[in-house]
Amino acid sequence: MLLAVVVNRAAMALLTLAGVAVVVFVLLRVVPGDPVSMMISPGASAADIAALKAHYGLDQPLLIQFWIWVKGVVAGDFGVSITLHRNVTEVLADRLPATLELAALALVVAVALGGSVAVAGTLMRRSAGEAVIDGLNSIMLAVPDFIWAMALVLLFVVAIPVLPLTGRIDPVLAEGFRTKFYLVESIVTGRFALAGNVLSHMAMPTVALALPLAAVIVRLLKQSLKEAMVQDYVLLARIKGFRELRLVLQEALRNAVGPTLALTGVQFTFLIGGTVIVERIFAYPGIGNLAIDAVINRDFPLIQGLVLLFGFIFILINIGVDITVAALNPRLRHA
Amino acid sequence: MEYRAPQPATAAVDDARRPPSVAVRLARDPKVVCAGGFILVLIVLALAAPLAAPQDPLAQNLLMATVPPVGFTGAEPGFPLGTDGLGRDVLSRVIYGTRVSLTVAFTAAGLACLIGSLLGLVAGFFGGVGDALISRLVDVWMAFPPVLLSILLIAVIGTGLHSVILAIVVIDWTRFCRVVRTETMGQAQMDYVVAARAIGFARPAILFREILPNIAPVLIALLTLEMGIAVVVEAILSFVGLSVSSDTPTWGGMIAEGRQIVHEAWWVLAAPLAALFATVVAFNQLGDGLARSLDPVLRR
Repeated sequence: MLLAVVVNRAAMALLTLAGVAVVVFVLLRVVPGDPVSMMISPGASAADIAALKAHYGLDQPLLIQFWIWVKGVVAGDFGVSITLHRNVTEVLADRLPATLELAALALVVAVALGGSVAVAGTLMRRSAGEAVIDGLNSIMLAVPDFIWAMALVLLFVVAIPVLPLTGRIDPVLAEGFRTKFYLVESIVTGRFALAGNVLSHMAMPTVALALPLAAVIVRLLKQSLKEAMVQDYVLLARIKGFRELRLVLQEALRNAVGPTLALTGVQFTFLIGGTVIVERIFAYPGIGNLAIDAVINRDFPLIQGLVLLFGFIFILINIGVDITVAALNPRLRHA
Repeated sequence: MEYRAPQPATAAVDDARRPPSVAVRLARDPKVVCAGGFILVLIVLALAAPLAAPQDPLAQNLLMATVPPVGFTGAEPGFPLGTDGLGRDVLSRVIYGTRVSLTVAFTAAGLACLIGSLLGLVAGFFGGVGDALISRLVDVWMAFPPVLLSILLIAVIGTGLHSVILAIVVIDWTRFCRVVRTETMGQAQMDYVVAARAIGFARPAILFREILPNIAPVLIALLTLEMGIAVVVEAILSFVGLSVSSDTPTWGGMIAEGRQIVHEAWWVLAAPLAALFATVVAFNQLGDGLARSLDPVLRR
């Protein structure tokens, strides 16, 4: 049953993705302003411009251009970036690991932070401590990653200058890697000083991305935990003499975590969307930062590749969430 | 006129029991009063920017570049929040920046609300093929990250204030559509709708005269929240350089300039960031407060 649901949803999602690809492809081309005129010097002759357009296949009819592109995509070839003069697949493979590490770390931080504050708030329920948490959280819920990122810059670059403002790693250290997963590779190979350098660069973008998600987790999880804490099974455990913390962690959390998990999955897609602007702020070399440049330069093949990649990531996350939620909830598993 | 029972004693009891009117509830809610007051001040500042701003926001003075704010060594009279890299007055630029932010907040959120609500009302009330189409469209729309979508849209339609507003409307109508559809479906099951139908009201009349007023509280709260979102989106697009031209002071544009010279002049970043933060939080708290005070279901 579950498999059927997943296959159905995946098919639907792929269909959507194909539709989006068509729309983006057409929109980019029917609108004035082409990449060649953006990159060429003002004095270029008409013949030069025509030659360059022919080189990138932009002189072909729309339908032919689309056909060439689809044939390539099916074969795993997204064409050649007009501004970077490199294969789009290569560029994306180069940049994706940085974004994946950033998003994954931000998710871990958000869940850890949001989860512990929610548990703390549940332990302190009906006290001044809970009121403080609720008050702060209602403000935190309003503040987007963009504002957090800038506030962190003021705090850790200006007021207490301890963190590097830009990049993913100190340039001199970037030579010693075999993969593009800097954080994972440095930890796996036991080079902890290197991992520290990577982490110091990731700290601000990670926290900026994590805080809005953490606030959402706190609100929903605390609500669910409070509801679970008055259920009979918690009362029974309390009569047995379990300590309060154990009641929350062992009894209530297991039953309360479902809705939060589903919401976290949805919110994780927003977090990935947020990497676009956060990577820009910290000049972090991921696909989000790349996307802004691609759009500004009207790098058609690169934009198309990025849109498909982002769309694909969202589909994977949504399916992953569906499976996890179903696996955790036996009632849904057979629905 | 409402008929009142003649016994004064009973009437007094009734009055005491009757929940306070909407206006009284709003006036009693600290969130609504504080956040609403702050936004009123912003509106006045935006309208009276030429009077409120101490300097011309565009006047450059390279001899007065990166002057720190009042209270720091090197501060100059007349520049309470200091100057930026071109010697322009930061306070005046922040005040003028409210114009773009509030214009986008009201027009973009208003239009998104109008379009989304209309589609949501139709989908929720009439159901059928229209509902299926609209719902599917919303699902597809919401599957895309808003920031990426807005940048993509701006790339297609070009930069400028109109483009920013259009991008926000095109992206965020779905928020209204989804909520309004669900609410409308709920209301359509209620007895008063059945009664209105039995009397023979036309369906559009039921939709706009009976159902719409009942979902208005939710809609107003949602609209306020959307204004906060619109302010942030405008700031992000200005930051990336895709909003209004750089001649017009915007908070996002100032933040971008401040980010470049953050080591030399942190106040160029801090001042517009503080304004943005306060505005976003105010719209959000106002939305929360309105939802609580206006909505009989959410009210505790």
